[in-house]
Amino acid sequence: MRDAATIPIASPQETPWKLPYRGTVGMACLIVAESAIFVIFVVAYIFYMGKSLTGPTPMQVLELPIFGTICLLSSSITVHFAVAALRKGKLRGCTGWTAGTVLLGSIFLITTGREWYHLIYDEGLTIQTNLFGTTYYSLVGLHATHVVVGLIMLSLVLGFSLFGLVKEEHSEKLETLSLYWHFVDAVWVVVFTVVYVLGR
Amino acid sequence: MSTTHVVDGIDETLTPQQSRPPLSVVYEWLTTVDHKKIGLMYIGLALIFLVVGGVEAVLMRIQLAIPNNHFVSPQAFNQLFTMHGTTMIFFVAMPVLFGWGNYLVPLMIGARDMAFPRLNAFSFWVSAFAGVLLYFSYVGASGLYAAGSAPDVGWFAYAPLTAKVFSPGHSTDYWTLAVFLSGIGSIGTALNIVTTIICMRCKGMKMSRMPLLVWLYLVMSGLVFVTISPLTAAQIMLTMDRYLGAHFFDTQAGGSAVLWMHFFWIFGHPEVYVLILPSFAFINEIVPVFSRKAIFGYPAMVAASVGIGFISLSVWAHHMFTVGMGAAANTFFVFATMVISVPTGIKIFNWLATIWGGKVIFATPMLFCIGFLFQFLIAGLTGIMLGSAPFDWQLGNSYFVVAHFHYVIVGGILFALFAAFYYWYPKVTGRMMSETLGKWHFWLFVIGFHLTFDFMHIPGLLGMPRRIYTYEAGRGWEGWNMIVGIGTIFQTAGLLCFVFNLVWSYFKGKEAGHDPWDAWTLEWSTTSPPPDYNFASLPAVNSRRPLWDLKHPEDPDSDYE
Repeated sequence: MRDAATIPIASPQETPWKLPYRGTVGMACLIVAESAIFVIFVVAYIFYMGKSLTGPTPMQVLELPIFGTICLLSSSITVHFAVAALRKGKLRGCTGWTAGTVLLGSIFLITTGREWYHLIYDEGLTIQTNLFGTTYYSLVGLHATHVVVGLIMLSLVLGFSLFGLVKEEHSEKLETLSLYWHFVDAVWVVVFTVVYVLGR
Repeated sequence: MSTTHVVDGIDETLTPQQSRPPLSVVYEWLTTVDHKKIGLMYIGLALIFLVVGGVEAVLMRIQLAIPNNHFVSPQAFNQLFTMHGTTMIFFVAMPVLFGWGNYLVPLMIGARDMAFPRLNAFSFWVSAFAGVLLYFSYVGASGLYAAGSAPDVGWFAYAPLTAKVFSPGHSTDYWTLAVFLSGIGSIGTALNIVTTIICMRCKGMKMSRMPLLVWLYLVMSGLVFVTISPLTAAQIMLTMDRYLGAHFFDTQAGGSAVLWMHFFWIFGHPEVYVLILPSFAFINEIVPVFSRKAIFGYPAMVAASVGIGFISLSVWAHHMFTVGMGAAANTFFVFATMVISVPTGIKIFNWLATIWGGKVIFATPMLFCIGFLFQFLIAGLTGIMLGSAPFDWQLGNSYFVVAHFHYVIVGGILFALFAAFYYWYPKVTGRMMSETLGKWHFWLFVIGFHLTFDFMHIPGLLGMPRRIYTYEAGRGWEGWNMIVGIGTIFQTAGLLCFVFNLVWSYFKGKEAGHDPWDAWTLEWSTTSPPPDYNFASLPAVNSRRPLWDLKHPEDPDSDYE
């Protein structure tokens, strides 16, 4: 070690040196980047609204997915409770709330799947049909992809916690995951507004 | 009065490395998650692609040196300019800047690694894979249709040229996937840099005390999220158009080719700032050290950088004046483009004020910085010219545009990068680069640069469009193109000096010691090259120039900040 390596400090450090948790910041960055991707798809949807050269139009075929929306938005609340439970060390509560979140997310995914089945087989709308089909399937599909990713992660958490591997000290990590899930829900609010409210 | 240790980072118990079997060295580099090794691999990747992209540029200049030349075919020429642009932006500029960021940011903030080391390795390897994928197109892209080999749609790949009908085969898909994957890598590394800066600073390193390089990498990485992501989204759309029969950019089904332009340039223009901000970062560190003064106007520099970050998001359509967007849109984008020159001007004045009255040392890094200052200013001035819509209507898509953006990228970014190489090479290898070879490199490259890119403006003014593979004699373009071509000889010679210097100095260079430039930031407080853990004990800082405080305990910076 070198000597004379000391410098005077005018005033001693008063506050302890505490920086944010890296998971939270990393997830915030990811959310910003993902938001930019969604913005481009939403802009494309809005830009092509009503510009399809052939039918079917959104008015003719789309129905409000009220039930799926309620399920997805509620899952934001359940995942929040899961984090809160873990932070207090209530491991069983955490498992329960995580299971609820996975269930609600899966229900949402099933409603989307049923909607697509209806559109493809009953209404004959595919991604190739017209601009509405192109923008609709890509935007809703991009969101559904994010739901699938979130569900995989949450299922992993559920699996780990069923084996008793999720502990109180993991609460920050679960909170990071919950941030992602809240983001997926928030995107759905935008998609719902654009596709099902404004777009019709 | 309490005390803090700055140079405790130097671990003098280190023993020289034993020589090991080559396979174990290779294995170590392939599996490493160390930010310094990943940074160096990024830089190495970029240097390889710099040679490839440079060869493509030379081939194009040979083709254009005289009229009616048949050195390469028109098809090959289209592939050359597409590959040259894509390579230089995505596989040279981005990796080399991320490489230096990876190497320097943790050292400068007194951290032992990045926030997510494994994500860091992933980002690097996915970028490297993307580069290989792009060049694999030369052998792999003919596909079942036996049409096309390398991508030939231009680096901005305007619709509808990229539609399946007009670009059969797989060449465009190689371009799309390579750019998409490189984007994933860029977002990963940017995320890592931001998180590292926010969460890993050493004790006392408040945001207001970070070196300006760190600030600029923070702004640059933040910009990457909102810049690269739109391109990623657009590539997804293009792939859906080509493979799923979607109609995003299919004008026959009501789609819009102009929408692609918007999506591309929403990426494309801020991307220029993604590249230039780290270049500013290098200048910010090097100019004060070689002027023997603290940087002038630190808060103004930070504010100007953040300002550039925001304003750069609102200027993209100045690439599209010739499309016909209407008076209102044109006016807005002209105005925004003029506004962005204000924070940039603030920076130039601050660098000049830093040099002013300093004891300037004209070592090679400083020479490149001075070159940068002049050339970046001229590049900015032609930028203002092209940023005025009526002027752009005359010269859009001409060689004047090509000359302008090469002035930014070569005269600005590349010169700053050379400065960075000469400045931090001693830290990376423990040896100084040769000053003699460095001066040869500088002067050859300056002469070559000005021959090529000053004179490239003139055929542009005379109406020579970009991307033509040849031209007929008698238009007044031939002499100018010959001069432009001769310039590349000097640039190549300069570059050879540089590469030779890199290799020679590694073995024969003068021992550097831990702080050869008498500098002030934390990376100089540890050994050269730094150990895997960077600092034996984490440093604590008290001002923006911790090593100044250390060397001048009687007059520390902390008294003035």
